[in-house]
Amino acid sequence: MGGFDHGPAEDRTFQPAHISARNARYGLVLFLIYLAFYAGFVLINTFRPQWMDVVPAAGVNLAIWYGFALIVVALLLALVYGHLCRGRAGDEEVPGSSPSGPATEAKP
Amino acid sequence: MSHSTSPLSVAVFAVFVFITLGLSFYLGRRTRGAKGYFAAGGQIPWFVNGVAFAGDYLSAASFLGICGMIAFYGYDGFLYSIGYLAGWVVALFVVAEPLRRLGKYTFADALDARFQSRGIKLAAAISTLAVSIFYLIPQMVGAGVLIQPLLGLPHWAGVVIVGAVVVIIVVTAGMASTTWVQFLKGSLLLIFSTILTILILNRGFRVNDDPAALEPQTVVQTASGEHLVNGSATGQLRPVGDVVKLPGDVKETGPVGPLEFFSVINQSEIVLWSSSTKTDEQGTKTITYQPEVTPGEEVLRPGKSPTFRGLRGDAIYPKIDFLSLMLALFCGTASLPHILIRYYTVKDETAARKSTVVGIATIGFFYVLTLYMGLGAMTSGAIDVSDTNMAAPLLARTFGEALFAVISAIAFTTVLGTVAGLIVASSGAVVHDLISAVSVKPFTDHEKVRLGKIAAACVGVVAIILGILFQNFNVSFLVGWAFSVAASANLPALVMLLFWKRTTWQGITAAILVGMASSLAWILLSGESFSKIYGLPAENALVPFSQPGIVTIPLGFIVLVLVSLVTQPKR
Repeated sequence: MGGFDHGPAEDRTFQPAHISARNARYGLVLFLIYLAFYAGFVLINTFRPQWMDVVPAAGVNLAIWYGFALIVVALLLALVYGHLCRGRAGDEEVPGSSPSGPATEAKP
Repeated sequence: MSHSTSPLSVAVFAVFVFITLGLSFYLGRRTRGAKGYFAAGGQIPWFVNGVAFAGDYLSAASFLGICGMIAFYGYDGFLYSIGYLAGWVVALFVVAEPLRRLGKYTFADALDARFQSRGIKLAAAISTLAVSIFYLIPQMVGAGVLIQPLLGLPHWAGVVIVGAVVVIIVVTAGMASTTWVQFLKGSLLLIFSTILTILILNRGFRVNDDPAALEPQTVVQTASGEHLVNGSATGQLRPVGDVVKLPGDVKETGPVGPLEFFSVINQSEIVLWSSSTKTDEQGTKTITYQPEVTPGEEVLRPGKSPTFRGLRGDAIYPKIDFLSLMLALFCGTASLPHILIRYYTVKDETAARKSTVVGIATIGFFYVLTLYMGLGAMTSGAIDVSDTNMAAPLLARTFGEALFAVISAIAFTTVLGTVAGLIVASSGAVVHDLISAVSVKPFTDHEKVRLGKIAAACVGVVAIILGILFQNFNVSFLVGWAFSVAASANLPALVMLLFWKRTTWQGITAAILVGMASSLAWILLSGESFSKIYGLPAENALVPFSQPGIVTIPLGFIVLVLVSLVTQPKR
């Protein structure tokens, strides 16, 4: 079974820097969307907890609808992120040992 | 309440341990070199890694603690589920890809990729060890709690068994065996939690109209050592968890749908229990368990538990405490060292991203199930009024001894998987960061692996000792510590390294040390520590609320920015 063999890793390949930067931008936007949704939940519970008692549909209160929605939206945004970041033509990987991260500076 | 040991439980438990150890020895023969030992060679398939994320993350606090809290107080336990899951969004969108790109073995690798600073390595290693130890203690205590009803052994024996098995898992094949044990555990936890939820929905609800269901219960311990339960030396606590009124005054509902489940509870009346302890002048200690008939709509809204009761009041500090906890849960996941090192077990950034999506799907699905399992336990008529942690296994027992045996054994592997991940993270931090920061000569691959195994065994022994010493400690309290310390110490450094070009090695080192020290100090000076550790009145606390995150996470960012600004390299 291939997945069970755990010898030393081969040389790594890295995404080109512009792909990493693009993915980071997507991530930041989606993060902010979710942050707003999560903050809404936390702030309602903190300062207007009685709103959570409202029963908007199916005999189920807002506390449960909002809680489930936070879990489902996390998954949906994760799938959107995965879709946006998928490999496209011109996204070739760059072999080598120097990651496309921040440039190395002199050590102290 | 006594929990009888069944041969079936012992047999299932033994099979689980045998499979786990067999897998570890098999993988141990295939693991080569430091990369193989500490990061499974970076060759774990992304789907397996995603499920292993769930196996790593869904600890005893998630399975036993959250289900127990929901079973005793309703919706409040689900707030933890939401916070724990939301933290994965930070992990996926902010941390996953850069971490995989920059690091190799430990979380410090990524922080240090730009600077090669011993200061960063040392600070990150200390932070990793501090967070891992805080996280290890509740897992070990949880193991002891489980072993008592499962095998009839004392608490210390459970802690020693878990410690010994985990050390064998880690020493044989390191991250490889740890990953596959976590994959196994994550898969089983999801499958059997789903089965349990289907059975709960299929059973529906039934009214218990026995008047005894509403009688208080007592445990009396006299100074002379006499032990009376409900007034009798041979008495037992009655199992609790009763519905006393259903919508339409029916006696039972029959099977219910997933949404109808909540709708029925919302219109029912359920018996919840509170406890109080008194010690008289003769030294006789009396614990009284008091029933309270509670409208279902109160069960399904936040603010019923002692932890979150302040949400329904006007005082400001309990509200800030809640905000602080939810911030720490949101920021903490992406800062936990044993979660972060899992990104090094896959081959590239794409695999890291995909495995996090799988992790979010599996963990999110499990947390939805916690609400059904917790509320199912609350209405099962089978829970132990003196032990919140046993709610999920005891719920399973109402569906038969076989399910109880399997769920208990899964709960045990839940502890194994998380503890193994923590020990790998700790041993990696010791070898790659701590020792390499103070050592003058580089180590060979073989020496690193040998040192890693020795470090794993040492951390395992420390975990066993702490698990025994902290036997009576509130486990969820300690998990909260770990999240707060991780978020305060690690997140500012990780985020600013990725998004602020003027970050310096001095800024990162200072942020880690200040974030860690300030969050620890805040916790130790809080009312919760005063009452639970020092036995002093909570009013004497030196800080106004218990959860430090809302103060110490921003403090970490501020320290990093200020120190970086004054230590900019001259150009």
